[in-house]
Amino acid sequence: MNAPLRRVALAVMVMVLMLLANGTYIQVIKADTYRNDPRNSRVLLEEYSRQRGQISAAGGQLMATVENTTGRLKYLRKYPEGPIYAPITGYYSSNYGATGLEKAQDSVLNGSDPLLFGRRLSDLITGRDPRGGSVQTTIVPKVQQFAYKAMSDKKFSGAVVAMDPKTGRILAMVSTPSFDPNVLSAHDTEAQQKAWGELTKDPKKPSMNRAVGETYPPGSTFKMVTAAAALENGFTKDSPLTAAPTITLPGTNNQLENFNGNRCGGGETAPLIEALARSCNTAFVDLAIQLGETKLRQQAEKFGIGEQGQKIPIGVAGSSLGDIPDKAALGQSGIGQRDVRLTPLQDAVVAATIANGGVRMEPQLVSQILRDVTVLQENDPVRSGTAISSATAATLKEMMIQSESRTAGGGKISGVTIASKTGTAEHGANPKANNPHAWYAAFAPAEDPKIAVAVIVENGGDRGQDATGGTVAAPIGRGVIGAFLGGG
Amino acid sequence: MAESAATTTGPLPGGPPAQPPPTATRRGTELMLLAFAAVLVTGALMLVEINQEQELTNALLYYGAAYLGLFGVAHVAVRIWAPYADPLILPCVALLNGLGLVMIHRIDLAEAERAELTGRVFSADVPRQIMWTTIALVLFVAVLVLVKDHRTLSKYGYTAGLAGLVALALPGILPNVIAPEINGAKIWLRIPGVFSIQPGEFAKILLMVFFAAFLVSKRDLFMAAGRKVLGMELPRARDLMPMLFAWFASLGVLVLEKDLGTSLLFFGIVLVMLYVATERVAWLVLGMTFFIGGCLVAYQIFDHVQVRVTTWLDPFADFFNKGRQLGQALFGLGTGGIGGTGLGAGRPELVPLAKSDFIIAAIGEELGFVGLAALLMLYTLLVMRGMRSALAVRDTFGKLLAGGLSFAVGLQVFIVVGGVTKLIPLTGLTAPFLSLGGSSLVANYALVALLLRISDGARRPAVAAKPVVPQAPIAEAHTVLVERPS
Repeated sequence: MNAPLRRVALAVMVMVLMLLANGTYIQVIKADTYRNDPRNSRVLLEEYSRQRGQISAAGGQLMATVENTTGRLKYLRKYPEGPIYAPITGYYSSNYGATGLEKAQDSVLNGSDPLLFGRRLSDLITGRDPRGGSVQTTIVPKVQQFAYKAMSDKKFSGAVVAMDPKTGRILAMVSTPSFDPNVLSAHDTEAQQKAWGELTKDPKKPSMNRAVGETYPPGSTFKMVTAAAALENGFTKDSPLTAAPTITLPGTNNQLENFNGNRCGGGETAPLIEALARSCNTAFVDLAIQLGETKLRQQAEKFGIGEQGQKIPIGVAGSSLGDIPDKAALGQSGIGQRDVRLTPLQDAVVAATIANGGVRMEPQLVSQILRDVTVLQENDPVRSGTAISSATAATLKEMMIQSESRTAGGGKISGVTIASKTGTAEHGANPKANNPHAWYAAFAPAEDPKIAVAVIVENGGDRGQDATGGTVAAPIGRGVIGAFLGGG
Repeated sequence: MAESAATTTGPLPGGPPAQPPPTATRRGTELMLLAFAAVLVTGALMLVEINQEQELTNALLYYGAAYLGLFGVAHVAVRIWAPYADPLILPCVALLNGLGLVMIHRIDLAEAERAELTGRVFSADVPRQIMWTTIALVLFVAVLVLVKDHRTLSKYGYTAGLAGLVALALPGILPNVIAPEINGAKIWLRIPGVFSIQPGEFAKILLMVFFAAFLVSKRDLFMAAGRKVLGMELPRARDLMPMLFAWFASLGVLVLEKDLGTSLLFFGIVLVMLYVATERVAWLVLGMTFFIGGCLVAYQIFDHVQVRVTTWLDPFADFFNKGRQLGQALFGLGTGGIGGTGLGAGRPELVPLAKSDFIIAAIGEELGFVGLAALLMLYTLLVMRGMRSALAVRDTFGKLLAGGLSFAVGLQVFIVVGGVTKLIPLTGLTAPFLSLGGSSLVANYALVALLLRISDGARRPAVAAKPVVPQAPIAEAHTVLVERPS
């Protein structure tokens, strides 16, 4: 019976080998898949056992903080002013991951970033509990709060982005309707699920960050870009353009008309400065076709339109001109329609670049990374290039001051000169059935710009089909400027 | 003359017989290895305490000493009653048992912490497991003392068979009051507050004794050639009886007790013992045919089999419900990776049944693939030492029993580890010596005591053979007074 016994022993060896091979597969080859599976709460428990860093505004006001708990997860994320800062902080959820800065700066906040290496080591030696680093943003609370209140009080869907044109620092980034990240970050799984369900089913999409995550047709605010292209390519502010109330798009029978079907001023032609001030569509269609696609596109690129994968460090959706297959499309693109789509942030960048004498600054949301009171990293302003000459910038500014003076709507601030451009953007398959988006892009004070702002109110806000950039978006933009300049 | 006859034919061994040099008992090796196991287990316990931020006190050393003391007693028992037994088997078992205790203690700590946070009452499992270890060692010594020679067991073959069958069937047949369904299987006998056991664990050993005895006595019959088909000599139809019996019993366990693991284990053991007894590959082929047939039928008919197969194929499809056990185990194993998280530094308590059926996942998480491989090596060593005893022992009953017992351990490890690591469908058995569970521990210690007994028989120098009496030619032979055996 020894021969079969030997074979049985061999069979046991083979079984052990199979176990070892399978163990290698599970614990070596598939290990990372299992380790990083969102349903594997081990990593999460590990994360929650460390004190996560804070997110604060420019003055030190806390946007995201932590509380001790007695639960299975040791630390609870709290957002003192939840919905106001939600587009910036995002949420940090045990079931649904993270968004916003919580995601973009996760390695800093959870303490695993190489920047914090030294600190981790000293924690290990001194026996202190390891903690994450803190992120200080460029957000100015009073501006952010004002902008959020202005939008949400009127129940507007849309976004406000305010920037320092000289540094690119983002002073405010508001997206409405917003949501309360506290519930999503709560440790109560059922509460999380309920909040998640409501958030994802809400047709108004409160979880969407409209300021950087969504693109819209910019409408007439895009005329800043078209005018810049013209001035950079030999046109002057007095160059005559057609003043006709309607224009036939080349190669089609489609008529494109000015707002309310008006002529552009008194004469047969209107100078560029008046065309911009009056926001004449026919003049700019004419201008875009005269310039040609290449020049328009080049100018747009210099403003940053068409860049992909931008991070502030939150990811920014790519703005673009879209395909311009023919002259009709070119004309429409010149007035910010057709396939032109910008993020509100990009629109603010265009205004800020003009304000900054043509130098485009990289938009920044994070100013410092700290651990306790020690600054580990200071983010200096970054120039991303010269979009237009300072002369062109000066001319555009003059034109935009003219535009502001012709723009209706409330909220004008005495003693402050604003340079602005409004937009009323048609959108959707059947524009006449959809209420237009109302835009306002501006900077102030015109003589020494300290703030540039872009406002979009989706679908006409409270004015419906009658909405214009001037009546709906401008008062908010002016209010934001006032809130910033008012307190110095 | 009379004197000379007395010296040559007397019952007492006379003058100095030509004895072979004494075989080394190697008990010293066993003691050294036990001490080594004690050091390892104490070290493991210390790591757990450090990583779980418990106080480090001298108590740890006392625990280590107590552990060594406990197995020291077993060692002394082996020294006295089975001095020639294999010196590696007991240390292997001691180390497995010790690591199991450390792991159960470690999960106790995690559960205690969770219970404290949620304000629930918590009672530790490790004291109970230590109590069971003690009881198991008492039984271990009792087996060594009572079974002086393993061959005597063959006389009780049918008794053991009957007892085993009853034990196997009991939980399935008895009403739920005393045989409740726990974690989906009806394999327990329980009198609340008094005791609860899994008779199946004991049935395993009793039935092996029966099969060894039965096969040895009927071996010649099975060896008789049957019909030859495709170059294989198939057994005669009536010789199929033990196989059919095993098949039905396995299916019975599957149906009445929903215990896939035991069913699989039991059938595998019978098949291998038949093969070893007859040396016929035909039995294996036949057995596998039966097995596959049984599987197909079971899969068609029983929900619980289908559920196991579905969750095996994709545990993550229904992770928050049926796939959670296996899914969590895989997450644990994956998080552990090659080197593990370190003893006491993982989250093995997230896996349901982490102390019993899934203790392998806990070890894989905290000691990593390296630790799991080492553990498998330990089991392999245990099985191989058992197999070696089977090869070395001289009687066929001993060979068959030792082979069966060793293979049983190996197969059980394969079923458990394979199930937890998604190699085969999860069937729910305990890891021998490692998992929480009194019945399993006590039964496996009895199994090991039998193995030691057989290995003792294998290595014991042959009792000094009666000196060969030079036979006088029959015509010259004296009449000799023959003593009546008392």
